[in-house]
Amino acid sequence: MNLAAARARLAAVPDPEIPAVSLMELGIVRDLRETDAGLEVVLTPTYSGCPATELIADDVRAALAEFGPVTVTLQRVPAWTTDWITPEGRDKLQQYGIVPPQCSAEQAIRVVPRLRCPRCRGAQTEQLSRFGSTPCKSTWRCVDCGEPFEYFKPL
Amino acid sequence: MDAKLTYVLQLADTCLIHAQRLGEWCGHAPVLEEDLALSNMALDLLGQARALLTYAGQLEGAGRDEDQLAFLRLERDYRNVVLVELPNAAASPSDGSGGRDFAFTTLRNAAVAIWLELLYERLQGSADAELAGIAAKSLKEVRYHRQHSSDWVVRLGDGTEESQARMQAALAVLWPYVNELFAAAGVEGVGPAWRELEADWRARWATLMAEATLALPRDSAMQPQGHLGIHSEHMGHLLATMQHLQRAYPGGVW
Repeated sequence: MNLAAARARLAAVPDPEIPAVSLMELGIVRDLRETDAGLEVVLTPTYSGCPATELIADDVRAALAEFGPVTVTLQRVPAWTTDWITPEGRDKLQQYGIVPPQCSAEQAIRVVPRLRCPRCRGAQTEQLSRFGSTPCKSTWRCVDCGEPFEYFKPL
Repeated sequence: MDAKLTYVLQLADTCLIHAQRLGEWCGHAPVLEEDLALSNMALDLLGQARALLTYAGQLEGAGRDEDQLAFLRLERDYRNVVLVELPNAAASPSDGSGGRDFAFTTLRNAAVAIWLELLYERLQGSADAELAGIAAKSLKEVRYHRQHSSDWVVRLGDGTEESQARMQAALAVLWPYVNELFAAAGVEGVGPAWRELEADWRARWATLMAEATLALPRDSAMQPQGHLGIHSEHMGHLLATMQHLQRAYPGGVW
């Protein structure tokens, strides 16, 4: 079996809720390995209640189906952190209009960050809600251009 | 029932039933941003409950998974604190059977979030690796819940005359039920007795109340027993709503 080919295929699987980035760029793929029973993919879910977890596992199985039997294992420890989003992933989030995390989760519980609008780069922005369209994001607005945007919360 | 299983169920069911009440706001919150916030917090708690119930099923060893535990137990088998099963409208002047009261929801959310944060902080160091892993992950989530709900408590408490009066009324209803947050026994090598959280919780709550300019009601001697399976009259109604799909279509899946 060609593990490199499987890895390349896995790298192309997008996140179902933020398709601009891949699962690997989001840092939720812990491992891809060959076992006696076929391929095993180890994933770390983002949020406990993320409704996309099952869909992600299905997408991974479908993408790797041509390489034989695939087992998806969920690994909770260590807990997923936004520190694992790759530099490429961060760039793609930014281009997609979602500001990537600006600090660690530890810092985030103490201060509200100052964000630049991903569209007009304006510095006058405000947080509308700590929560957004998915558990991982908060909702913001740019005062300069008036557009709403989202922030990927540090976790 | 095994002490460790009971301990896990007390936490799991408190997350589950709290999620159910928060989820009732979906589509009804005062503003869209808050609708998303309440639903997302409910989702986090449901996820935490799911992980805990999966573990409880393994501990039980009777082949029940998280869905069977969540949807097919009888009222007396749920071990959540009574606080989280109270209707969202518990503090409204009506009979409390319908409607939603944002003041009560917000206060309860803050009370539970502070409590969960304190409990998860301790459980992440548990000698039980499964529980420690769930706690470490959940802790990151409930910090956002605590932050968000505390902001609202301050905004509404230290708000208008109307909002303060409603918060104060909600606090009077909520307060006796808080006692149960410190009632469950600990299990050696698993997790602390809840009373070990009490001093920290009361200190944080006092700080929040001071900032929100809310006056604490007199302490009550009431000792709710939800963690022992003895629930309020609201629990049956909640379970009827929560369980009806699995009762009508046993084993139904998406």
